[in-house]
Parts: sequence; C-alpha cells; structure tokens
Amino acid sequence: MRTFEYTIQDELGIHARPAGKLAKTAKALDSEITITKGGKTVGAAKLMALMGLGVKCGDTITVSITGGNEEASEKTMKEFLEGNL
Amino acid sequence: MIRFTGKGVYGAIAAGKISIFKRQDVQVRRVKVENPEEELARLAAAKKAALDQLSEIYQKALKEVGEANAQIFEIHMMMVEDDDYNEAIEEMINGQSVNAEYAVAVTADNFAEMFASMEDSYMQARAADVRDISNRIIACMSGCTDEKTASDEKVIICADDLAPSETVSLDKERVLAFVTAHGSSNSHTAILARNMNIPAIIGLGEAFLREIHDGDMAIADGFTGEFILSPDEETLKACRQKQQAESEKKELLQKLKGKENITLDGTKINIYANIGSADNIGAVLLNDAGGIGLFRSEFLYLENTDYPSEEDQLKVYKRVLESMAARKVIIRTLDIGADKQADYFKLEREENPALGLRAIRLCLSRPEIFRTQLKALYRASVYGNLGIMFPMITSVSELEEILALCEEVKAELKRDHIEYAENVELGIMIETPAAAIISDRLAPMVDFFSVGTNDLTQYTLACDRQNPHIERFCDTHHEAILRLIEISAKNAHKHGAWIGICGELAADTSLTETFLRMGIDELSVSPGFVLKVRDAVRSIDLSKPPTDFFLANKL
Repeated sequence: MRTFEYTIQDELGIHARPAGKLAKTAKALDSEITITKGGKTVGAAKLMALMGLGVKCGDTITVSITGGNEEASEKTMKEFLEGNL
Repeated sequence: MIRFTGKGVYGAIAAGKISIFKRQDVQVRRVKVENPEEELARLAAAKKAALDQLSEIYQKALKEVGEANAQIFEIHMMMVEDDDYNEAIEEMINGQSVNAEYAVAVTADNFAEMFASMEDSYMQARAADVRDISNRIIACMSGCTDEKTASDEKVIICADDLAPSETVSLDKERVLAFVTAHGSSNSHTAILARNMNIPAIIGLGEAFLREIHDGDMAIADGFTGEFILSPDEETLKACRQKQQAESEKKELLQKLKGKENITLDGTKINIYANIGSADNIGAVLLNDAGGIGLFRSEFLYLENTDYPSEEDQLKVYKRVLESMAARKVIIRTLDIGADKQADYFKLEREENPALGLRAIRLCLSRPEIFRTQLKALYRASVYGNLGIMFPMITSVSELEEILALCEEVKAELKRDHIEYAENVELGIMIETPAAAIISDRLAPMVDFFSVGTNDLTQYTLACDRQNPHIERFCDTHHEAILRLIEISAKNAHKHGAWIGICGELAADTSLTETFLRMGIDELSVSPGFVLKVRDAVRSIDLSKPPTDFFLANKL
C-alpha cells in the first residue's frame, strides 16, 4: 500500500464536477483507491461518498493506493489532484 | 395586482401568461413483495431508462448551455450508477422485501439528508440533485413519460422548485421566464437559467403558489427579483418600456462588443467599469469593459461584523484579479466615514461627516486596519494586473505617509518570503479641490489620478448632494469643476502619470468630447454604461473644431 497527502487548492473544494472526474479517474485504475479526511475514509471511485466528505479548500486529504500497479496509480492520482484540485 | 419579491438570478424582464409547472407526482407507497429478484430487475430497467434520458438531456444541455454547465448531467448519470447509492437500494429490497420505488425513495431521502446536513451551502444544494435522479428512476418504473407543456404560446413557468434536469428539458422556445417559490442561487437550476438567457426568479415564497392560476397575466423582472401578478395597465407599460430599453442595450452590445474605444480621428481611450462587490464581475465582462477602474472595497467591511482578515480580503481580491485575467483592476482602499460605517468601527457621531474622519483620514488614524488591507492587496497582486487607489487625498504629507506605509508592507512581505508584484500601480483620487490645485506636486509621486466627480462637485461647490433643496445650485457641469479636472490632467501628463475619471460624470456622454480634448486617458463607469460611452467615443471627431461650447470658448 502506498499513501500520500494532498492539500486542496481549489477554492470550492471537492465539489460536484471535480468529484465526478476524480471518481472516474479512480475507477479506471487497477488499484483500490481510498481518500481519508478527518478520520473518515471513503472509496475514491464512489461519487456521493466523496462529495459527502465535504472536502474544502485548504483541507489535507490522505490518498491510499492498494493492489495493482501501485506506482502507476499513485502517479495518476497525484497528477489528477495537482491538475484539478 | 399583487407583488412578490424573490431573488432574480438572470437579469431580463418578461411579461405574459402563467403556466404552472406540473410534474408527475409520484406517490410512493411501501409494498411488501414476494420476489425481490423481480424488483431488482425492474430497478435495473428503470435505471437504464433514466440513464438514457439523462444522456439525452446532457446532449441538449451541451448545445444550449455549453460543456461546463452540461457536466452536471454527467454527474447525475454517475450518481445513478453510484455504488453506495445502489447498494443501499438493493440492500433494502433484499433485506426488507420492499418494492423498488420505496427503496429508491428512502435511499434518496437518506442521501439528500446527508448533503442537506453539510456545512457548506454548495453541498447542501446537492440534495436537490439526489432527489432529482431518484424521482427520475421512480418515474421510469411507473410509466416513464416526461410531461411537456401543451400550449404553443410562450409562457412564464411557475413552480415550487425546478430540478436542473427539468430546467433544461423545458422547451426554450416556449418559455418566457421561470419563477419558483424555493431554490437557491447556488443551485444548478439558477446557473442554467443564466446560461439559457431566460429571466428567472427564485425564492418567491409559499404564498406565491397559492395566488397563481394557469393563464393569469404576470410580469417577471429578473433584475429586481419582482414578480407582479395581474399587473395593471400602467405597470405593464413600464414593463414594456424596460424591455424596450433592454433590447436597445442588447443591440448596442451586438454592435459594439469587441470594438475599440476609438474616435473617428483615431484617438483612443480606456473605458473601465466601477463595481462595488466581486459579484458584479459578470456584468463587467458582459459589457466588455477593458478593466475595472474603481473597485470599492467597502463592502468587505460593511457586510461583516468584525474587521475582515487579511486572508478573507486576499480571497476576494484574488478572485477579482483572476476573473479579469491580465486586465487592469484598480482597487480603492477603504472609503467609509461616520455616515457610512459598520458598528464595529465604533466611529463617533459627527456633525459633518462629509468633512470628518473618513476615507484615508480614517486609514491613517488607524494604521492597523490600513496595513491589513495593503498587505492583502500586495499579496493578491501576483494574480493579475493590480492598481491601488487612495481616496480623499488633500496633501503631499498624507501621500508621503501612505507611500511609506506601502514600502513597509512590501519590506515585511519580502522578509517573510511572500511574493508580490513589482508593477503594482499606485494612484490617488482627485476628489477635493485641494488635490486638484496641488496636482503638480502630487503627480510625480504616483502612477495615476482618478477623478471622483461626485465628491469633487460636493466639495468644490459646497453643495450637499443629498439635499434636494439645493439641487439647482449643484451644477455638475460647473466650470470650476471642469477647470479642476483640466488642471489635474495637465499636471498628470507633465509628470508621466495617467488620469481617469471614475465619478458619475464619466458616464455623462455630453461631456465625453470635453474629456477627450482634455486628454483624459480613462473613463470608469457602471458596467451598464460602458457601451453607451463607447458608442459616444466612436462618434466623436477631434480633428474638427470643438462642438462643445465650454471648450470652444474658455479652454
């Protein structure tokens, strides 16, 4: 398992559109991706749960990657977050 | 005639007959089922049908409101397929042996509840999205027809609330406006309305629903948020006039958008916009202003219950600068006094607030407030093309004090390794006769002047603008004022500074030629006047003898 932290830069936080994109991105990977914020962990491919985390600008999330090509998945997730959130 | 007031979400006005939006009211009942497998199959079929509909709506939205706004329906499709949502529904069907409709309705409530209980108002509004997709799935199980309005006449659609998918599904050709009893301006429905260019009012309240009937005449004014049921002749006439003025404005927009502010002989001038809050940026861009010539920062203070923090201010300045891309944004530092203040300032009552502790005087008397604002401004400067303007200057020493404070703030930022732009332009308002008269001394110290004609008129003519009894003595075209502007312009140019006008006079097109001849570099007006002034500029020929009486005779 690999983990990394990321601090949200987007002014609106993880709102509907990027949540949709994030879920799509996570779903396409062969690894299991979870996102943790404030002690709550959800599957990154689950849109509503992701939105339910209420991640705001300035919040730090922990991304965990398990199984599959973890290295490649981590890279994809990092690039996605940096590019979109 | 009954008036209701809500919140206008798209500025336009419409008059016509009402059509009450009817949706298939699906009553969901809890039914015990023998065969949960069958329910799961019905659910799967309904979900597929819902996805097909949503994909159709997405395509329609793509065409009508663009990709960014259509994306919500892609989100809806993803919601329909969301694992947690579906697991919850399936678990209910299997575990409790209930009908699929009931399982969807209960699950929808639970998820909507989760969103509604979130702190963030944006996320709260997402509850409507969950309900929308769930109702669609339920409707698909019970017959699956999208209701369409039957009449051919264009109508004002009235509803308790409209889901985004309902808004997009409305036939644009038949909708004059839509008005709702509930809804938030954050909702996608409001956003879609703005993009479909349909006048829209939300939040008119429950009472409005009780009064309306199909076929009633009504006016929906998206500018004011007013909904007038059964208007009288006079009101209808006023409405038509407003529509007429609007359509003329639109024509002007079509004709002049993207055009240069250039006279017939090739003299150019910048036309910028004045705004009082970050929410007006849309109007600035819509009216094609070349920049923001006056951003009044007061609202940051007046709308709060305590001094806005550096971070809070930074957020707003950053947003404005980024929205304007590389275009100039001139932010005026705090300009309040005893007549216009927030309680927490605890300013003492003054006999004569216009001549009292206000604007820059207040800032220099309470440098900690001023310093916070300057710091936020400099920090924001990296996000765009910033100018900072100081109000109500009367002396060289004030300006020296301000500039020293700016240097201090910059040194502090440098020490803390916080970035700021080196090219921030500093300027002052010319709104006291004193400033205009010593403009030769002030000009070398700054990058620009901006003439505040409202206060300049008041202070020059000793006329209180609020006093209706002296209106006839308060001549805004008074030679004294024009001379002061002319002196300031000459002195600005002599010392390499530029000069603009940001008071009401800037939008007075009977003076546009005069200002151009004085060499004024920029006019900053309310967003709605930008194109009117552009139109005036483009019809002026400075190579011809002055047509302006004042110029021909006196200057």
